[in-house]
Amino acid sequence: MTPVTIEVRNLVKKFGTFAALDGVDLKVDNGELLALLGPSGSGKTTLLRIIAGLDWPDAGEVSFNGEDALAQGARERHVGFVFQHYALFRHMTVFENVAFGLRVQPRAVRKDEATIRARVRELLDLVQLDWLADRYPSQLSGGQRQRIALARALAIEPRILLLDEPFGALDAKVRKELRMWLRSLHHEINVTSIFVTHDQEEALEVANRVVVMDKGKIEQIGSPDDVYENPATAFVHGFIGESIVLPVEVANGAVRLGDRPLNLVAQGAASGASRLFVRRHDMLVGPAGSGAFEGAVQHVRNFGPVQRAEVALFGGETIEIDAPRDKELRAGDTIGLEPRRYRIFAGA
Amino acid sequence: MGLTLSWLSIIVLIPLAGLFLKSFELSPEQFWAILSSRRTLNALRVSFGLAFAAACVNLVMGTIIVWALVRYRFPGRRLFDAIVDVPFALPTAVAGVALTSLFAAKGWLGAPLAALGVKVAFTPLGIFVAMIFIGIPFVVRTVQPVLQDLDPEIEEAAGSLGASRWQTITRVILPSLAPALLTGLALAFARAVGEYGSVIFIAGNLPNVSEIAPLLIVIRLSEFRYADATAIAAVMLVVSFVIIFAVNRLQRWAQNRIPVR
Amino acid sequence: MTMQIADIVSLSRSDVKARAHAAAARDSLRTEPKAVRIAIITLAVLFLSVFVVLPLAVVFAQAFSRGILAYLAALSEPEALSAIRLTLLVAAISVGLNLVFGLVAAWAIAKFDFKGKTALITLIDLPFSVSPVISGLVFVLLFGAQGYFGGWLREHNIQILFAVPGIALATTFVTFPFVARALIPLMHEQGTQEEEAAISLGASGMQTFFRVTLPNIKWGVLYGVLLCNARAMGEFGAVSVVSGHIRGETNTMPLLVEILYNEYQFVAAFAIASLLAMLALITLIAKTVLERHLDEGHDARDH
Repeated sequence: MTPVTIEVRNLVKKFGTFAALDGVDLKVDNGELLALLGPSGSGKTTLLRIIAGLDWPDAGEVSFNGEDALAQGARERHVGFVFQHYALFRHMTVFENVAFGLRVQPRAVRKDEATIRARVRELLDLVQLDWLADRYPSQLSGGQRQRIALARALAIEPRILLLDEPFGALDAKVRKELRMWLRSLHHEINVTSIFVTHDQEEALEVANRVVVMDKGKIEQIGSPDDVYENPATAFVHGFIGESIVLPVEVANGAVRLGDRPLNLVAQGAASGASRLFVRRHDMLVGPAGSGAFEGAVQHVRNFGPVQRAEVALFGGETIEIDAPRDKELRAGDTIGLEPRRYRIFAGA
Repeated sequence: MGLTLSWLSIIVLIPLAGLFLKSFELSPEQFWAILSSRRTLNALRVSFGLAFAAACVNLVMGTIIVWALVRYRFPGRRLFDAIVDVPFALPTAVAGVALTSLFAAKGWLGAPLAALGVKVAFTPLGIFVAMIFIGIPFVVRTVQPVLQDLDPEIEEAAGSLGASRWQTITRVILPSLAPALLTGLALAFARAVGEYGSVIFIAGNLPNVSEIAPLLIVIRLSEFRYADATAIAAVMLVVSFVIIFAVNRLQRWAQNRIPVR
Repeated sequence: MTMQIADIVSLSRSDVKARAHAAAARDSLRTEPKAVRIAIITLAVLFLSVFVVLPLAVVFAQAFSRGILAYLAALSEPEALSAIRLTLLVAAISVGLNLVFGLVAAWAIAKFDFKGKTALITLIDLPFSVSPVISGLVFVLLFGAQGYFGGWLREHNIQILFAVPGIALATTFVTFPFVARALIPLMHEQGTQEEEAAISLGASGMQTFFRVTLPNIKWGVLYGVLLCNARAMGEFGAVSVVSGHIRGETNTMPLLVEILYNEYQFVAAFAIASLLAMLALITLIAKTVLERHLDEGHDARDH
């Protein structure tokens, strides 16, 4: 398939006074599997729909391989779109659903019936559902519908594949299976693909690159490792992975929690109220007096390989940490805590 | 439960059973003789033929009305939406006299039509017009909710797969509406076949030409030819049952869209 | 240099063209070209105007064609007054009967599961799909001189046909489904939890019905009664067969419309007709209001 890169420049989309997209720039390389990750209302679906030609921006540009995509309607863009609720045609069999895009082509380019049939069979094979060809959508499970919707989108040999919350309507187990399957399928067909999700685990596990969005803006673009290990903004740190958030005070490079000075680096945060982010498992437990923090253990519960302890910090906050099981923690202990890794972001 | 059934029996079932019993008192030859008489055949033909034609007009116009009401915004839309129910609510005799005076030779519409050489009142065309009137709400009210609830995503899906608007309508939207459309057609047809009040005034009631079956039943009754009346009624009742059955099947089909085997 | 400018101009021109094309493409995904839209709206409005609005307008135009005095005079004829009285009486009887039945039937159907439930619903709907003339005919066959109970009735000197009981029976038959139909979906949706809660709190069956079930469905009941009443007052075919057309005695309003019309007393005929048309319009308005209430109740339960 022809390689396709997507470029989005300064995209703005407003619904009334609400800015669904507020100046979005994005470049998607050929063959990528990109995740748009964000909470609901972050603008990720709007961005996807604009790329597909289902919605139109108030300002900005979208180009495929450098050519203006906004000059084309959804019909001409050759974009495969998989809808959140699949949007399968209920009155058609699985076979006819997949064949639809081939049958509605202009007569001049339409393939003959035998070619269409062969192509549909091939696609049903690809999604491993060839045995369902004569069923109706209402007779399929959620996971099967999802795969048929994908096969239908692929039938038109799309230049780009877009998936809106592809696993959103499925139960947890099927969701996990389909994630792996989508990854390997993408590897096989190698079409530039973007999928929207609000599930961080899904984004980190499936995508090559993750775009984290909030309130119509892109917060961070990076590899799954990158956005997890080096969150660029407070939002990303809070949204991805489980974090301890402490309100701290930065004054000339020194950090304080309440009136307790902390032996931590301000990381360039401006003076004033700031927030300190630490992953739960990055809080290392030591004897009292060691580490940046000190506190009293309130409760301890065991969670598989880790124990989760509720600690009342001296300085006024109560946090939850994850510690390995071999460290013995008991309610009432006074312990020291040292963040192995942390980020400080200015602003309350 | 028992009360429901007994009340249903007293008011509906026993009377209907009486009708069938009465028609079974006739020998098959008698029954056949009544039905195959020229006047009966013609009355049935007029009723069924025109009812079907009117139902088809209602199917097309009803779909257009539903489309306009659901998909477009125009001044007076809510008013016209409410107006659709008038044929339901207006007593049939009132509709009958109103349509007749509207389409009579000196009527508001009858006069201009007469100038064009078209005569509506007191002809089969008049029956047709009255049957269209009475059937409008059936198609509109069965199709409207279905079009309203139709998932916009399926239209977007069709478009993104390259279908033109026309292809989307004919291959995706209309087939999705098919069960509702057919139900509306069947209901409009059933109503028009049995319609009496709004038709007899405008029909002209000329035997063999513009005499509908329900009128013939009334005429036979007034002549005390109960057997004739019963036989015609029995035929019409059977058709009603068939339509009810068909509508039930259609509803089930609409619910799961599993091919009817 | 000039070449370049020309290039840029032509480029931006094609760009403008492409954007215009895109604007059309965007609209065309879920709607039709403007011309088609206008044509469809025009067709719909025209059709409804000719087939619905005009007939309605004719009724009032004819009724008042000789002025308001002639109109009022027509309505105060003893024949007219007796027809109005009879219509009200018959409607009261059949609405009352069907209200009781509709409540019981809907309750049985919505709150219990049993075999043949769909069949029962179909049976309740039956009068909707039977020709009104046949609805009248069945009672003639039962109670007429040659009918199954005709002889017995004559022996006991009971008059059903060509009298008020016959008219009421036929009207009840025709309006049979309205209340039940309005209530079944409503009660079904509400389920049995609230009733069970009431009973578990010690309410008796009657208390449960009047304090829990009925308040929940009151709008539905009104809705059914409204439609039932409109049909009862306006019924023509069935009543025509059983009434015997005895002037001043067994003529309901629709029947009187027919008689006066056939006697070329157009003002009088349309005067009565205008009352019935008014009833229809009021019913429609009330129906719209009630539907709003029903929707609200629906929303309240959803959220």
